[in-house]
Order: sequence, then structure tokens, then C-alpha cells
Amino acid sequence: MEFFDTVTVSRAITAMTLIFHIIFATLGVGVPLYISIAEFIGIRKKDKHYELLAKRWARGFVITVAIGVVTGTAIALQLSLVWPNFMQMAGNVIALPLFMEVFAFFFEAIFLGIYLYTWDRFKNKYTHWLLTLPVVLGAGISAVFITTVNSFMNSPDGFTMENGEFVAVNPIEAMLNPSAPVRIFHVLGGSYVTVAAILATIAAIALLRKKGAAAYHKKALKITVVSMFIFSILTAVGGDLSAKYLANHQPEKLAAAEWHFETEESADLVLFGWLNEDNEVVGEIRLPGFLSFLAHGNFTAEVIGLEETPEGERPPLIVHYFFDLMVSIGMFLTGISFLYLVVSKIKRWDVHNKFMLWLLVLTGPLAMLAIEFGWLYAELGRQPWIVRGYMTVDEAATSSPYIVHMFFLFLALYIVLGTLFVITLRKLFKDNPVEVELEKHYPELNKGDES
Amino acid sequence: MSYEVIGITVLWLFLYGYVIVASIDFGAGFFAYYAKVTKRDHITNKLISRYLSPVWEVTNVFLVFFFVGIVGFFPSAAYYYGSALLVPASFAIVLIAIRGSFYAFENYGSKQSNVYLFLYGATGLFIPASLSVALTISEGGFITEENGVVSLKYFELFTSPLAWSIVALAVVAILFISASFLTYYASRANDKPALQVVRKWALFWATPTIIMALTTMIALSQRNERHYQNMLDLWWIFSLSMGFFIIAMGLLYIGRNYGTAFIAIMLQFFFAFFGYGMAQYPYLLDPFIHIEQSVTNESMAIALIAAFIGGLLLLIPSLILLMRLFLFDADYAKGKK
Ligand code: HDD
Ligand code: HEM
Ligand code: HEM
Repeated sequence: MEFFDTVTVSRAITAMTLIFHIIFATLGVGVPLYISIAEFIGIRKKDKHYELLAKRWARGFVITVAIGVVTGTAIALQLSLVWPNFMQMAGNVIALPLFMEVFAFFFEAIFLGIYLYTWDRFKNKYTHWLLTLPVVLGAGISAVFITTVNSFMNSPDGFTMENGEFVAVNPIEAMLNPSAPVRIFHVLGGSYVTVAAILATIAAIALLRKKGAAAYHKKALKITVVSMFIFSILTAVGGDLSAKYLANHQPEKLAAAEWHFETEESADLVLFGWLNEDNEVVGEIRLPGFLSFLAHGNFTAEVIGLEETPEGERPPLIVHYFFDLMVSIGMFLTGISFLYLVVSKIKRWDVHNKFMLWLLVLTGPLAMLAIEFGWLYAELGRQPWIVRGYMTVDEAATSSPYIVHMFFLFLALYIVLGTLFVITLRKLFKDNPVEVELEKHYPELNKGDES
Repeated sequence: MSYEVIGITVLWLFLYGYVIVASIDFGAGFFAYYAKVTKRDHITNKLISRYLSPVWEVTNVFLVFFFVGIVGFFPSAAYYYGSALLVPASFAIVLIAIRGSFYAFENYGSKQSNVYLFLYGATGLFIPASLSVALTISEGGFITEENGVVSLKYFELFTSPLAWSIVALAVVAILFISASFLTYYASRANDKPALQVVRKWALFWATPTIIMALTTMIALSQRNERHYQNMLDLWWIFSLSMGFFIIAMGLLYIGRNYGTAFIAIMLQFFFAFFGYGMAQYPYLLDPFIHIEQSVTNESMAIALIAAFIGGLLLLIPSLILLMRLFLFDADYAKGKK
């Protein structure tokens, strides 16, 4: 293969699998929380709408979990297949969280199985609700463990290096490496806000279509938008902490994201723009001193520029756009959900007007894009390292020439899975619309549903 | 016991667990398709899907457990097996992905079609076939390492009698294990017509299982003399295995105590599996991965074992709950819940 070298293809195959997996992983982390909330409110308020909400979300969830599981299995195996040298070296340090992650999945899978098949098997309704807790926890904890692995790749810790091998390993310290706490916080927040936004999108589309069951969809919208507001703020706090971590431990990543070439005090935040031939930033929006604030919480602090990183070790500058897009989407999510909350408090205004609903429709897809942009930034920003400071991506990749064929094999797989996923979900909910299900199972509710 | 021995024992247990639960699952897929083709699906397929629905995800985790664990305890396994198995393992991933997701799509999405049942049945046989390549190459002679590049000798592999007999053994053993489990499950559910059908399957697949086991022994003796001699030295383990097989066959034949029969079959495979594994010691991959020399550092080994114990304390009660609700709850098996 002249056109592609194995390292490039290895990166492409990993990127492809993760970009696909992360969609379902995010849903897998977030959806159980909202199922749990809806079922709880339903039992508390004795409101069948919420119960049906939990049921329908759970039904869709089963399908996303299936793809989450199979793509997760793919990436877990691919770590060894595509990056054998990386796993041989780093496996000595990061095996623990990977191993515990599987336990968390196991735990989650068992209780999810029980939850789905026991809707009417317990006398006390809270017993069934209790089953959601291990699912929420299992999903959250598995995200925590896998995120510590990724953090390790960015800020390796818990070992010393001798003759090209890791010795004096402390697995716990490796898990609690410097970037782990902030990253876990930000990743979990991002998952919860994204899933809230996606569920809000679904409810908003249903309301715009005016097919009926409006009361049901309005209740869904309320829970999800309130959650979106809370978690978007928490996510922004997490992102701010991430930036402060970067400024201290991985300054080249922040500098690349901000096109901040020279070390200086009172550094400006650069939004969008592009680079001309002389590598100068043009057409940008400048917020004076804000980069110093983002990096150190102080408008005059010094921020390290890219010039201090040796030329061969600088991340690609395209990450600037990924970073800016992620942050902009974050602001948008907070803004929209805040607007909804304000308008819904004002009696004279109808919060479910067309304009508001259209804005809410946008939140779900945008939030998922923010997740993708965030990861692209995090991963590309680590280049050329696979384990920062210790092993480069070139050294880690497989040397098998068949990697190219495997790339196309997996591409085909993801296309098939993605297509079937969409078809199945549409069928699942089209063949069984809310209005019909409400009428069939909860006829007593139909009266108050005219609005 | 040293850490590496504890480690490999635990992992071997997981692999054994996977072999059993996955066999049931894979075989059931094949039988569901077979029943459909021979127009007996109205008798058996309700039974099959009632068992499979709640547990398919759990099956998958067993596999993930095994390979995450083996890479954790023996990082060079990632290097050698990872490099050599890129193609066969990728195919296994794709098949697993098709099987797992189609299962969800069809079950929760829409009606069962013939194409789906065919894929479901076929993948169940191809997945073990592609995974068994790992067992074959562990015997040595299928991998080269030159200038730090590890590669698999495909021609050698595809022309090896050992490789093909392992594949055949995997397939027939799956059908045997699965049929005998379904026999037990049908008796539990008191489903007489289904019981008659699946019991016949179990009796039928017993013979090829034993034949293939012996064939594989012969092929192994030509490939890896050391491993074969070690197995002969462990003759008592294999006699135990044979003994349990005879007990199981007797019970299945008389037509009673299907639960005991299935446990006997599990023990049959347990002893055969451990005998095989113990005879391969001290190599994970002859001659590249030596268990004692390639084990991870001590602190990681301890941490993994601790995590393992902690995890089991969490999982065993949950698994018992799952089984009580679905497997051993007679009303559920009968379809009343
Ligand atoms: C909906 C999702 C979402 C939203 C709204 C935001 N982020 Fe984010 N961000 C992520 C989802 C995400 C992520 C996908 O979860 C990443 C990728 C890798 C990681 O650790 O988290 C991430 C990474 C990430 C990093 C890199 C961390 C690293 O590589 O070490 C920084 C500095 C920020 N974010 C900062 C922010 C700021 C200042 C935001 C302001 C609102 C923001 N993010 C919103
Ligand atoms: C949390 C655990 C993760 C681990 C261990 C991990 C590991 C890796 C590895 C080994 C590579 C190849 C080396 C490289 O090019 O940098 C890589 C690249 C990449 N990963 Fe991650 N990753 C993780 C999370 C994610 C997630 C969740 C995404 C989401 C989409 C992601 C997106 C990418 C992308 C886009 C690349 C390609 C970067 C490039 O082309 O240079 N990663 N990751
Ligand atoms: C290199 C990176 C990753 C690896 C090796 C990996 C591994 C896996 C594996 C093996 C599974 C399937 C487990 C099973 O059989 O049940 C899985 C599913 C899952 N993964 Fe990933 N994963 C990675 C990245 C991530 C990230 C970054 C997150 C979250 C932030 C995540 C969250 C999940 C979740 C929640 C599931 C469960 C499926 C679901 O509920 O939808 N994974 N992953």
C-alpha cells in the first residue's frame, strides 16, 4: 500500500470506531438517568404519563444499548489488534480500569435485563424503580473507568520508566492521574446534557407535528429542558476546569486550540477566524484577556504559547475549530434552556410556541456534535503522542498490511448498523404511536389531553 | 500459588463460562433456524426465544472479560495475538456485531424474517470458528516474528488438520451443549412436544462431539508433541470428563433428570477444558508467551486479583437474582409471566 501507510489507517480505523461508539456510549450513560427520573416522578405523582415515558424511553434504549455493546466490544478488541505495541507497554499500567469497566458493564447488563422484563412483576412499584439505580450507576461508573484510561494517555502517571519499560507501577495512582478528575466531571456532564437535549428534541418534534398526546410531550419537555439547563452549566464548569488543567499540564494542547503562538500575559481569547500564509490569525473575534482567565482564572496571568513546544511535537492547528464549536454549542444549550425556563414562568406567553420548539429541536443534534468535536479536540490535540511524553502514535500502531482491508470491513459494518438502527427505531415508534398506546393502556387519561 | 497461575486460572474459568453460555446461545440460534426450515418452529421457537431474550448481553460480557483480562495479566498477549489475529478477530467482531444488533432489532423492532433467522443461525457457527483460530495458533508454528513484525502464516493455517478439527469440534460441541440445555429448559417449562424434539437433537449431537474430540487429539499429537504428552499424563482428568459424559448420555437416553444431565455435561466440558489448558502450561503461545516470563508486574497482578474478587462479590448475587427470575422461575419459563 503506497497511498496509505499503516499508521494513518490505524488512526483512521480507531477514529471511525470511536466516533461511532461514542454516540451510543453517550446515550448509554445518559438515558438510564432520565428513565429513572421519569419512573420516579410517575410513581410519586401517580401520573401514568411519566410511567409511559419511562417505558417508551426504555424501549428505544434497548436498541441503542445493543449497538453500544457491539461497537464497544469492537473498540476493546481493536485496542489490541490495532495498537499492539501500545497495549503491550501501557497494559501494564492501565489494565485495572479496563478490567473494572467490564465489571461495571456486567452489573449494568444484568440489571437492565431484569428491569426490562419485570414491569408488572412487583407489588410495590418502587421495587421496580429501584432496579434503575444499578443501571444508572453501572453506566456512569463504566464511563468513569474508561475516562481514566483516556486521561492516562494525556497525563501518564503512576510508574517510572526504565529501559523502555514501565516499572514501579502503581495502578491506583495511574487511574487517579492529574487529568482524570476534571475529565470525568466534564465527560459525565456532557453525556447527561446531551441526552437531555436529544430527548427534548424528540418531544419538541412531536409537539410541532401536532399528532396528539400533547400533555404527554409537554411533560417530557419539562423534565428534559430543566435537566439540560442544570447539566449544561455543570458541563461548562467542567470544561473550564479542563482548560485550567491543560494550561498547567498540557499547555501545547490549549495553545493549539487557541492559536496562541507566543507566551504572553493578558492573553486574548481567539474565536473562529482563519490563518493566512504567514500564519497570522485573521477574521477572528478577540476577547481581550479572556484566555488568561480561562487558563488561570485571572485576566492578566501568563499563558504558555505554542513556540515553547518543539516543532515536531505540536498538535495540528485545526483543533481550534473543534474547540470553538464545542464551546459555542455549550453556550447555546445553556441559553436555550434558560430562555425556555424564563418564558414558561411568564403566564401570558405560551412557551410551546413554534419558534421556541424549533430552537429546542436543534439542541439534540448540536449537543451530539459537541461531544464529537470535544473528542476530536482531545484526541487530535494529543498528537503526535499516544501516551504523552512516552510513546508516539507511529511507534504504537500495528504493522499488518491488512489493516487497510479491515478499515473497509468496519466501515461497511458501521454503515449497516447505522442504517438498521434508524430504520428499527422509526418502525418501533411509528407502529406504536403514543396516542394509540395511551388510548389502549390508559383510557382514563384521554380526557385531559386536548390541549 | 503464584500470581500468574491465579490469573490464568481465573481467566480460563471465564473462558469456560463463555464457552458454556455462548454455546447455548449460538446453538439455539442454529436450532431456531433449523426448526424453521423443517417447519417445527411452532413447537420449539417460543421456548428458545423466552430463554434468550434476557441474557444475550450477559453472554457478550463474558468474552470481553476474557480478553480484557488476558491482556491485563499478560500484556505481551496483546502484542503477539493482537498482531497476528487482526484479520480473524476482526471478522469475529463483525459477526458478533451483526448477531448482537440483529437480535435487538428483530426482537424489539419487528417480525422475524427468514433472512434474519438464517443470519442468526449462521453467525452462531462462524463466530466460534473464527475465535477458535486463537486456540489453534497457540500450539505454535503459525506465527513468525521478523524485525519486530509479527505475522500469521495463513497458508499454514488453512492447510492444517489441527485448525480444521478444532473448528469442527467447536461447532459440534456447541450444538451438543445447546441441545442438552434446551432439553433441560423444556422439561422445566413442562413443554412436552418441544422436549421430545430437543432431546433428540441432544442425543444426536453427542456422537460427533466425541469423535471430533478424539480427532483433535490425533491432530494435536502431530502438531505439538509436548502438549499431547502432557495431556496423556493428565489422563485422569480426561477420564473424569468421559465419566460425566456417560452419565449425561444415560440420563438423556432414559429420559429423566434433565437438570442433572446438563450439569454432568457442564462437568464433562469443565474437565476436558481444564485438562487441555493445564497441559498447555507453561505457554500461552508456544514458544513466544511463557506464562511466568510474560506476566505483568506484581502490583498490577495484585490489583487485578483484588478487582476480580470485589467484582465477583458484586456480580454473583446479581446473577443469582437474574437466574431466579428467568431461568429457574418455572412460571416464567412456561410463559405465564
Ligand atoms: C455536550 C458536550 C460538551 C459541551 C457542551 C462542552 N464540552 Fe468540552 N468536551 C466534551 C464535551 C462537551 C467531551 C466530549 O466530553 C470532551 C472530549 C474529551 C474530554 O475529556 O471531554 C471535551 C473536552 C474539553 C476540553 C479538553 C480536555 C482535554 O483534552 O484534556 C476542554 C478544554 C473543554 N472540553 C472545554 C469546554 C468548555 C470551556 C466548554 C464551555 C461550555 C465545553 N468544553 C463545553
Ligand atoms: C476513553 C478512552 C479512549 C481511548 C483509550 C482512546 C484511544 C485512542 C487511540 C489509541 C487512538 C489512536 C492514536 C491517535 O491517533 O491519537 C485514538 C485516536 C482517536 N480517538 Fe481516542 N480514545 C478514547 C476515547 C475516544 C473517544 C470517546 C472518542 C470519540 C469520538 C475518540 C476519538 C478519537 C479520534 C477521533 C482519534 C483519531 C485522532 C487522529 O486521527 O489523530 N477517542 N484514541
Ligand atoms: C477506547 C475506548 C473505549 C473502549 C475500549 C470501550 C469499551 C467498551 C466495551 C467493551 C463495551 C461493551 C461492553 C459489553 O459487552 O457490555 C462498551 C460499551 C459502552 N461504552 Fe465504551 N469503550 C470506550 C469508550 C467509551 C467512552 C469514552 C464512554 C463514555 C464516556 C463509553 C461508554 C460506554 C457505555 C455506556 C457502554 C454501554 C453500552 C450502552 O449502554 O449503550 N465508552 N464500551
